[in-house]
Amino acid sequence: MTSLVVVSAGLSNPSSTKLLADRLTAATVEALEDVEVVHVELRDLAHQLTDHLLTGFAAPELAAAQRAVAEADGIVVVTPVFSASYSGLFKTFFDVLEQGALDGTPVLLAATGGTPRHSLVIEHALRPLFAYLHAIVVPTGVYAATDDFAGTDLDARVSRAAGELAILMGKVSRVDSAVSKRRTVEDELAAPTPFEELLRRASQG
Amino acid sequence: MQFGIFTVGDVTTDPTTGRTPTEHERIKATVEIAKKAEDIGLDVFATGEHHNPPFIASNPTATLAYIGAKTENIILSTATTLITTTDPVLIAEDYAKIQHLTDGRVDLMMGRGNTGPVYPWFGKDIRQGINLAIENYALLRRLWTEDVVNWEGKFRTPLQGYTSTPRPLDGVAPFVWHGSIRSPEIAEQAAYYGDGFFHNHIFWPAGHTQQMVDLYRRRFEHYGHGTYEEAFVGLGGQFFMRKSSQDAVNEFRPYFDNAPVYGHGPSLEDFTEATPLTVGSPQQVLERTLGFRDYVGHYQRQLFLVDHAGLPLKTVLEQLDLLGEILPELRKGMAEGRPANVPDAPTHASLVAAAGGAKDSTVYAEADSATGHRAEDVEVTA
Repeated sequence: MTSLVVVSAGLSNPSSTKLLADRLTAATVEALEDVEVVHVELRDLAHQLTDHLLTGFAAPELAAAQRAVAEADGIVVVTPVFSASYSGLFKTFFDVLEQGALDGTPVLLAATGGTPRHSLVIEHALRPLFAYLHAIVVPTGVYAATDDFAGTDLDARVSRAAGELAILMGKVSRVDSAVSKRRTVEDELAAPTPFEELLRRASQG
Repeated sequence: MQFGIFTVGDVTTDPTTGRTPTEHERIKATVEIAKKAEDIGLDVFATGEHHNPPFIASNPTATLAYIGAKTENIILSTATTLITTTDPVLIAEDYAKIQHLTDGRVDLMMGRGNTGPVYPWFGKDIRQGINLAIENYALLRRLWTEDVVNWEGKFRTPLQGYTSTPRPLDGVAPFVWHGSIRSPEIAEQAAYYGDGFFHNHIFWPAGHTQQMVDLYRRRFEHYGHGTYEEAFVGLGGQFFMRKSSQDAVNEFRPYFDNAPVYGHGPSLEDFTEATPLTVGSPQQVLERTLGFRDYVGHYQRQLFLVDHAGLPLKTVLEQLDLLGEILPELRKGMAEGRPANVPDAPTHASLVAAAGGAKDSTVYAEADSATGHRAEDVEVTA
């Protein structure tokens, strides 16, 4: 059984962070065979995380979450953007993880924000953090501003990121279709996309 | 089974009065507390080592020697001696000297220290903490067991033909405990040498303590020093007692809530449940302490932290009076069901007996090869 852990740092209920986490989870589960999902909601662990900073040890629920993350075959992490970076609660969870807990673990990075202007938060804040933690970071990060929940682009990014995570986890149910490769010029020369298809796409926006 | 107290020497504001003791008051209080520990029949007094405010625990050897002169029976120990940043040559000299001054009433507990800047202050690198503990202690042992040491290592200048003086009392080095909370390498080190292993125990859940003690016991047996049950284990402990448990909780809560280590974090109730801290009646402290054996087995040394978090001296002395009242029950309880092969903590007397008796270990200097004189024989004329 493959183990997928989803760490979500949303604070409100319902939260767009949790919403994005759920979509990424569903897409990853679809791309994998035989997967068990563990959800870690950091809001529920907020007190225990602060206590851990002060005492140096984890209360039982936090300890269970840390164990799940350390034993995961793959992880999805989703944080809201606070003051141009990941939230303090999100960072605290990774601050108190045992060193080496994420070594070699595939991690999909995702974030939510109120405006598209924060979309690079994944590259300038999350990716360096997980590089430091020696995780294997999925190439596609998923950032969703409020507006993205109304469009269809988000779906494409979610399924591409989920497919990449599934490949890194090494247990893909549909190897060929987990990630749809972009067509190259060579592909088009060999078998051009029919013009009616181009016409349809052009109007899709 | 030994019972005692250990102090970290913190100078902390009493949150109930807002008053902070002076360094002088705190240093003198430490001596009072140690004398009281002997009065109520405790076996061990141990002091920590810190080199920064808000602590008065620098220079532990002066403190221990002074307390040694003011007491008769209590064993003087450390909690801990910084084996990482203290020159092992000085440790060898200092503690052998205290052995002589106190007729063998001294042992040590090695620790790495948890104050980051102490390493650079003493010219060391915290990332080398484990390696420092391993190399320095290996040298320390040689300085105590070999009269003349030729040594070269990574962390201090080499020694050629070096004799550490005074030689250990009766030719027997002080017993050594190694303290560590989460570093398996230190449990392994203690086991390798057949030394004692001490777990701080007080700020962490019992599961941490159990894992480390189990590792130490397994490896102690592996290295052929005795069986799993025969290894030398020490534990920390922490309590606040009043005759009525509600009085204890009410009085201790402000100290807990503002304590330097865990203050402003978990509630007193959560923390007492998760760690060995017991705040309640003497009977509750007695029962909780006797329960430590459930997860570490029969052990040799129990030290309590009683003077911390700004508790006034008067309160600390009252706590010791209450500890003295349950001490006979603690000793009786710990003796119950204790297998005959479980040894007591080594003392100077037991180590001398094991070595086949006391011997004078003085190294008498040879005569100077050029003059034929020994330095102390030369008459100095102005």
